[in-house]
Amino acid sequence: MSASSERVPRLLALVPYLLARPGIPLREVAEDFEVPEKQLRKDLELLWMCGLPGYGPGDLIDLSFEGDTVTVGFDAGMSRPLRLTAAEATSLLVALRALSDTPGMLDAEAVQRAVAKIEAAVGQAQPAGVTVGLAIREAPETAQVRDSLQDGVRRERALRLRYYTPSRDEITDRVVDPLRMLLVEGYSYLEAWCRQADGVRLFRLDRIDEVEVLEERAAPPPHARLTDTSEGLFQPDPSQRIAVLVVEPDARWVSEYYPVEDVIELGRGRARVMMRYTDLSWMARLTLGLGGDVRVEHPAELADEVVRQATEALRRVEHLPAT
Amino acid sequence: MSTTRAERLVNLVLCLLSTRQFLSAERIRGIVPGYSDALSDEAFYRMFERDKTELRDLGVPLETGRTGSFETTDGYRIARRDYELGDIDLEPDEAAAVALAARLWDSPQFTGAAHGALIKLRAAGVDVDQDVRAAVEPKVRTSEPAFPSLLAAVQAGQVVEFDYRRLPATDVATRTIEPWGVVARRGRWYLVGHDRDRNAARCFRLSRVVGQVRTVGKPGVVERPADVDLLSFVATTQNDPAPASPTRLWVAKGRAQGLRRRANVVGEQLVDGELGDLVEIELRFPDSAARWIAGFGPDVLVIEPEVLAKSVRERLLGALRSQRGAEVGS
Repeated sequence: MSASSERVPRLLALVPYLLARPGIPLREVAEDFEVPEKQLRKDLELLWMCGLPGYGPGDLIDLSFEGDTVTVGFDAGMSRPLRLTAAEATSLLVALRALSDTPGMLDAEAVQRAVAKIEAAVGQAQPAGVTVGLAIREAPETAQVRDSLQDGVRRERALRLRYYTPSRDEITDRVVDPLRMLLVEGYSYLEAWCRQADGVRLFRLDRIDEVEVLEERAAPPPHARLTDTSEGLFQPDPSQRIAVLVVEPDARWVSEYYPVEDVIELGRGRARVMMRYTDLSWMARLTLGLGGDVRVEHPAELADEVVRQATEALRRVEHLPAT
Repeated sequence: MSTTRAERLVNLVLCLLSTRQFLSAERIRGIVPGYSDALSDEAFYRMFERDKTELRDLGVPLETGRTGSFETTDGYRIARRDYELGDIDLEPDEAAAVALAARLWDSPQFTGAAHGALIKLRAAGVDVDQDVRAAVEPKVRTSEPAFPSLLAAVQAGQVVEFDYRRLPATDVATRTIEPWGVVARRGRWYLVGHDRDRNAARCFRLSRVVGQVRTVGKPGVVERPADVDLLSFVATTQNDPAPASPTRLWVAKGRAQGLRRRANVVGEQLVDGELGDLVEIELRFPDSAARWIAGFGPDVLVIEPEVLAKSVRERLLGALRSQRGAEVGS
């Protein structure tokens, strides 16, 4: 977008915006339009020079400033905002419709009313061609977990969680200070300050086995920052080790399901996949489970672990009493 | 430069909104401040064309028509009813929903547009508090490389062609699709449309599109059937798990926590000198159960059903084969 293609829509929206809010502080206007106050002042100076043909004192947009507030005296016929473009209507309506089937959304009915009102106001700019469904497949236990978590988030209470960590195949109890609930890429999460880890962590709801809402108030430290979701939840961590796997067609889904560093096509659906991992035992579980559909090229300790466990499992199962 | 241009564009909008008559380009040149800067006719027309394009891109409905009953020149005006956003008044809970919707996108295609929509709603007098707290904060990304071109093709009604990899993967095949829509379900993006080669409606996962999406033919040729619900269409193409079957496993003491979370301990047993629990478990995803259980190696053994025991064994043998690169006796 060029500078003017962002600025002109803002200029066209400013007059009706101010008309609806006489005497609004400039700081609030700048916040709503997400521009620095200095830029806002430049915008208002420009609008002051605009108006109707004739361009005499009575034809120009009239703004009066009192202290740090602004009021429109004459709007030069620009009393309403421009209607929504197809892209604007799409982005808002598709998102609203998606909200109405979000698990845990408390006020789906308000969402429906908002959809109806916005549809009526935007007229012909109806969205087409994009649909977002946020409903996810989950067990009844997870719905119960969500209820307890939401109660804790709403009342700002600390929570005791019993949580399963797949990378270490371990269940631990921990006390957390909840920040918010998230739904990203098909999974629900609690984002919270974890007192044990001394940092902000995401807890996937289907891995929480128990929730206890404590009487103690949630007190996340002031430096606790919410995760920026715009680049995805999991960023490559250079401290992790890299495994090199050759996957057969039946195991190609691995490169879609887990974040991978690189995929090199080997033809006929086979590929060499570079994947980061923290814990050797987790990586061994994944590759062992894939059986003959994967070969570990690197590291040797992973290949050895897979062979050791497979051999041991096949030996042990021979000793299982017949049923 | 851009300051004067922005000023000229605002004045042009105000001028064309205030007239009922169509105003010719020459008239506009004489009235609207800024156009007199153009030193030649050619410079003016270039400037004016650029301004018209920019206004249309912003969604300003420029109307053209004859400047008078006996005139032959075309002129311009903006019909107020087409320009103005309709009346809208949101209750606080509705405005909260709108704020949440506007921040749903983590997407280059939609984030800016949602912000633009919010500004216009605010300009219509609606108070939308961006910091409203939500019970759940959903986030949707559109990071698939194929997303922008497929969305554009859907919106333009244009046929597309792309290379696609099915799973289990074989070689990629070229598909030619009349696209009806892009659909997100359970965190994944799909394209739904009419597959010309198979002459049937099909659904494609965007992550399996290989390389560039190419458009075929002109825009405006794709007709999307009115009665198709895209989301349900995607849902029906994906198998939900079969009903759980009763399964009995042996699990070494203190091991396989991820599996124990879902299981009931019904007894104890010594296997080859190792003490373990006998557990019963309902397998929610039978298709992936063998993979899950084989992953635990010697810590989990299948007692029944036999078919599961067999496929776990096959996976373990497969792992040995592929690691050793040689046949291992079964």
